[in-house]
Amino acid sequence: MPTTHTLDIANAGGSSMLLDIKNLDVTFGAGDNPFRAVAGVDLQVAPGEIVGIVGESGSGKSVTMLAAMGLIDAPGRVTADRLSFAGRDLLTMKPREKRAIVGAEISMIFQDAQTSLNPAYAVGDQLLETLAEHQNLKGAAARARVLELLEQVEIPDAKSRLSAYPHQLSGGMSQRVMIAMAIACNPKLLIADEPTTALDVTVQAQIMELLVNLQRQNNMGLILITHDLAVVAEVAQRVVVMYAGEVVEQSPVPDIFNTPRHPYTQALLCSIPEHSKGAERLATLSGVVPGRYDRPKGCLLSPRCPYVQPVCHNEHPLLEATHRGSARCFFALDDAGRPSHG
Amino acid sequence: MVDQLLPTPPVATTPEAPVMIARALSRHYSVSRGLFKGHAMVKALNDVSFELARGRTLAVVGESGSGKSTLARQLTLIEEPSGGSLQIGGVEIAGASRAELRALRPTVQMVFQNPYASLNPRKQVGAMLAEPLRLNTTLSAAEREERVRAMLAKVGLRPEHYQRYPHMFSGGQRQRIAVARAMMLQPRTVVADEPTSALDVSIQAQILNLFMDLQDELGTAYVFISHNLAVVEHVADEVMVMYFGSTVEYGDKAAVFERPLHPYTRALMSATPAIHKEDRQIKLKLVGELPSPLNPPTGCAFHTRCPFAAERCRAEVPVLRPFEGRLVACHRVEEI
Repeated sequence: MPTTHTLDIANAGGSSMLLDIKNLDVTFGAGDNPFRAVAGVDLQVAPGEIVGIVGESGSGKSVTMLAAMGLIDAPGRVTADRLSFAGRDLLTMKPREKRAIVGAEISMIFQDAQTSLNPAYAVGDQLLETLAEHQNLKGAAARARVLELLEQVEIPDAKSRLSAYPHQLSGGMSQRVMIAMAIACNPKLLIADEPTTALDVTVQAQIMELLVNLQRQNNMGLILITHDLAVVAEVAQRVVVMYAGEVVEQSPVPDIFNTPRHPYTQALLCSIPEHSKGAERLATLSGVVPGRYDRPKGCLLSPRCPYVQPVCHNEHPLLEATHRGSARCFFALDDAGRPSHG
Repeated sequence: MVDQLLPTPPVATTPEAPVMIARALSRHYSVSRGLFKGHAMVKALNDVSFELARGRTLAVVGESGSGKSTLARQLTLIEEPSGGSLQIGGVEIAGASRAELRALRPTVQMVFQNPYASLNPRKQVGAMLAEPLRLNTTLSAAEREERVRAMLAKVGLRPEHYQRYPHMFSGGQRQRIAVARAMMLQPRTVVADEPTSALDVSIQAQILNLFMDLQDELGTAYVFISHNLAVVEHVADEVMVMYFGSTVEYGDKAAVFERPLHPYTRALMSATPAIHKEDRQIKLKLVGELPSPLNPPTGCAFHTRCPFAAERCRAEVPVLRPFEGRLVACHRVEEI
């Protein structure tokens, strides 16, 4: 595996990384045709860093994160050369120890807050449960903390919301409650899986601002999974692009948007209307992410890639260092966006 | 072609006449507040007016609760407006007979947001696309199949898809099927309610291109409902921004996007994230969320969130008036 800019930091510091994943595989199904939903993913997140993970549906973004948190159940299998959080090995850890970390030190918020909250319990009670479970905080002290959390996520009139049920809250308010729950135990790493996709733009802007403020105040690592490149461009420091279960490019912002090295990143950028202002037609990538039965043999993008060469159909490219990041392409694009075979 | 086989709308229209004219269109719902509390009025749509010409696209923008989908239900004759006038192909629908309405419905078709919910899972694609023809034309089964196959090719699906069921398709392909179904009767207007918001960006681009190609080829007018301003800027000729059931700004796309005037339009644009720094606008922050429709604010509905709200905005409802080449409903538009 060629070393890259960020891998260098990781190797030098070793345990200084908050989350350190190397060669992660997640496989579903058994027999002669198991499906590798995630294949050979490397991912590092430094303390206080915001990393965006982007890709189309089916690219393995969420499965990677679920695997990192140990939330993949049998028959799914997770293997990795390294899977460590704040220097502790999550792979060999006892389930009991892991439960103390997941939900407290690593926490996650999901796309649809309204279905993530329990409809049968008042908001305050759901927050109390988190505190009782992870911090053994009960009674008046716990109630005070809950109120503090709701104020921290800027819920107006927080006191009266304690007894509100999820159906009485708007989408934006529910997402704030989810965030309050996620930061209740002062996590070191927050994973936000499409946190604003179900929300209106003005509310999205509020929620993103809240997330970034909380991230700064608490110096959390933040992994932002989204398919909205513009959201990532505004807040993330580094972007990881996934395609069909693999990392195809990773690079700091804004390099990844100005000079994408992988044809897939370039195609994603070109397909958003903002990019083709004034043009009649949008540039598109034909077809869809390959699924279980139509994974090509060579480069996974080869059936859709506009720059495809014979070698791409037969050989699988590795993630190789580029100017400031890395890309999985035999003919990584140059500064002008042209493939290197000319 | 198909037009001859469809029931002709009662009044013929010249090509220049708008395909759709709405004047002060309103829709109010009566909702029960509880056993002994009587009813409350929810004014979901208030005095919305526009004209839509052949081959043009009107984009309707706003957050959830702004009345976009209520508008779509009125325009597609799914519901009856509670006030105002709506002319489709020159026919006034208020007071129209059932037969007249029946003749109008094929001329306005709809594409829904979620192609996973809007296609019947038990029907083959071929049968689904043939159904509008079966109900509205006298074509034979063979002719229907021919039309369906031609339409499949036009929307970028393959002939073998004819006999497949919706679950065998990806989201983007399903939306192509939904578009094909809406186009089967060659409607003059298609109302598309958030047609790409459930799709990935690369697929969104394919579907938007399909909409544009079909418009070029068939001259269909679109009412394109979306909350995504980047998409709207790409497809629209005219833009109508709605807030809390009313139009707050309405005008030519270029005018509205170059210099949005209503504080809500400005807030929407500045809240839209952008990839490149130079495209980002100074954030005009909105506090709070849409007010409750059961307890509407006095005066301008936007004053509860507006950073420029003054005394007058709390008391007086602003009217939609011409200003700098578009219509704006704001008391303070001159000052801000």
